[in-house]
Amino acid sequence: MQVPDDLRYTDDHEWLRLEGDEGVVGITAYAAGELGDVVFVELPAPGTAFEAAQSFGVIESVKTASDLYSPLAGEVTEVNHELADRPELVNDDPYGEGWMIRLRLADPAATDGLKDAQAYRQLIEAG
Amino acid sequence: MRQTALVEEHRALGARLIDFAGWEMPVQYTGILDEHRAVRQRVGVFDLSHMGEIWISGPGAPAGLAAALVSDPPRLSVGRAHYSMICAADGGIIDDLIVYRLAEERFLLVPNAANREPVADALRDRLAGFEAAIDDASLRTSLVAVQGPRAAELLAGLTDVDLGGLRYYAIAEGHACDQPALVARTGYTGEDGFELIVEWTAALPVWRRLMAAGEGLGIVACGLGARDTLRLEAGMPLYGNELDLATNPFEAGLGWVVKLDKPADFVGRQALQRIASEGPRRMLAGLAISGRGIARHGHAVHLPGSDEQIGSVTSGAPSPTLGTPIAMAYLPPDQARPGNMVEVAIRAARVEAEVVPLPFYKRA
Repeated sequence: MQVPDDLRYTDDHEWLRLEGDEGVVGITAYAAGELGDVVFVELPAPGTAFEAAQSFGVIESVKTASDLYSPLAGEVTEVNHELADRPELVNDDPYGEGWMIRLRLADPAATDGLKDAQAYRQLIEAG
Repeated sequence: MRQTALVEEHRALGARLIDFAGWEMPVQYTGILDEHRAVRQRVGVFDLSHMGEIWISGPGAPAGLAAALVSDPPRLSVGRAHYSMICAADGGIIDDLIVYRLAEERFLLVPNAANREPVADALRDRLAGFEAAIDDASLRTSLVAVQGPRAAELLAGLTDVDLGGLRYYAIAEGHACDQPALVARTGYTGEDGFELIVEWTAALPVWRRLMAAGEGLGIVACGLGARDTLRLEAGMPLYGNELDLATNPFEAGLGWVVKLDKPADFVGRQALQRIASEGPRRMLAGLAISGRGIARHGHAVHLPGSDEQIGSVTSGAPSPTLGTPIAMAYLPPDQARPGNMVEVAIRAARVEAEVVPLPFYKRA
């Protein structure tokens, strides 16, 4: 299972890539695999602010709907509009074209509080 | 959790296994959409060994079943099958099932896995006064389904049963994949296809043979996820979603299954007679969702712009064949007419939906 070393992770299977004081957010390959074929992603409007662990959207697969949780506090600066027409990008390229939102982080240093790749690997291996 | 004889085979194929009615079953292998399309366009194979198989035999079997079920099994020809239901005295549905007649005095019932025991209990109770033996063979019987437009072509080379002479809802005894088998032309996908009923351990050789022989046809192993989207497109009810003890056959659109004109008295007759004459208080309807979002089981249905709930969604999914979300819902009869517009509450949003005729998909 692909778990890139340069990302940070949550217990809810989101990833965050730190870029300056911004963070790009998506869901992990493991989460996408568990959900199965993604058919719909509901994302917030740019400008919306979220607390850490607050739901920022919903992802639907053929089988089920799940909430998406913000890894850290911040304000949405951009969303991946491509997912409206091509939700399957979440399955095909979860760490790349399947990204979901870009956040201006309230506290970029809080990234250190998220799981690193090694800790996340342990989480998913524990099932 | 119970396991079928194929559980290790599913694991080796990379299936995601879930608890379904107390059974560890594959929900998907490569993906529900791929598996769904394989069955619509080519052929797919399903392990359905969790389903029940209950044999009823003896001189009193035909009359006993006529008294136990809402259909009229004595009128079935040997080698034929029909869809039936077993109802409670108030007309509520205990289960829906297929009845196969293998001989004048020998019937096979295939109930849902979750209802196997309630069905067997009700049958024992209702057949007590009849000269009939009840044998619940579910845990020593495997069921493998082969479904899709190329299923007949695949199976023709693997069975001594004359498939050309085996009509829809017919069953024959013979061999499949070198194993003794009952070969039935039935299914739950809306496509042509077969269900192979074999001894428990025969499932593995049957499965492997089908997969190997079907490779050139593009056969795909299919899980319960695709089974659900396939049956939903075909407008077929799922017990626990469209059907339950609080639902009667008439509101489910299955009044045709209830044979009120049969000579035998049967459990539920009085209540069902009354419902038939008064008309059901709600009706199962198909919904085509026009907005974004997927209606799911339990979502409320409203009149456009109204807060008053008029019904609720029983099943919903993106339709892989139509490319849009579809659903089934119970609505008041006057709101269940095709063309009527309603709204489904999907989380915070209200999404527009049109009542459409069932099924959503019918094979050419």
